[in-house]
Amino acid sequence: MMRRDIFQAIADPTRRAIITLIALQAMTPNAIAENFNTTRQSVSKHLRILTECDLLKQEQQGREIYYSLQLEKMKEIDIWLQQFRKLWETRFHQLENVLATIKKQKK
Amino acid sequence: MTQESVFDFIVNKPEKKVLITMEFDADLPLVWDAFTKQEILDQWYAPKPYSSRTKSMDFKVGGRRFYAMVSPDGLERWAVQRYTSISPKTNFKFFNVFTDENENPDPHGSDWDLNFSEQEGRTRVHISIYNESMERMESLMEGFKIGYKMTYENLKEVLAALVQKQKQA
Repeated sequence: MMRRDIFQAIADPTRRAIITLIALQAMTPNAIAENFNTTRQSVSKHLRILTECDLLKQEQQGREIYYSLQLEKMKEIDIWLQQFRKLWETRFHQLENVLATIKKQKK
Repeated sequence: MTQESVFDFIVNKPEKKVLITMEFDADLPLVWDAFTKQEILDQWYAPKPYSSRTKSMDFKVGGRRFYAMVSPDGLERWAVQRYTSISPKTNFKFFNVFTDENENPDPHGSDWDLNFSEQEGRTRVHISIYNESMERMESLMEGFKIGYKMTYENLKEVLAALVQKQKQA
């Protein structure tokens, strides 16, 4: 499974809404999808991304799969730090590009 | 660019510091300019799709950079960086604090210390950020916090309620 970072998970408004929703109670994908004005497929994709970030866990109950929140993953400070890291990583790559462009113009 | 890029991010919780190391395939004067000239800073300082808009900048001790992170839908998050020390092409320090659009600052900010060095045409930048409270580390987040804040306030309440429920069970 591909590793994703938490920043990516919460960068999307639908995913943030899913987190808030699931924080209240474990829910099936259908029940989650009912809360959104979007396709079942798109909700599945969001659930997959959140699961890959270890923010959600799946539990089989009878024939249904329930998604719930991994509370221990939601430690706020660590999430902020993760985001801050991501912010600087993005800045780093953007600056690399800017520098490369300036160097080319100078030649 | 033949060499691998260098990016390192370390959190030192006891010292309440974040340490960032970056290395660029460019000479020192250029990298120094990229951190100290507003026309270059605004090209990279905001993570896309956000944009950085420097309203005024006076790079000297006692001067400041007053700028905003602007979200794609036009929301602005203002901050000011007040320069406290400058050693050209070697080091500069500033105090960073969030403000409103009239530059009225929040009560708490963070201290930034940036070091520059060059070796064989590559330039290394070390950034040390000190925040008096790790709990306020989130205040280091700039404009792109805007969209998350509401959700997090909600989420915090929801989680607190949930933890309470678990305790009672």
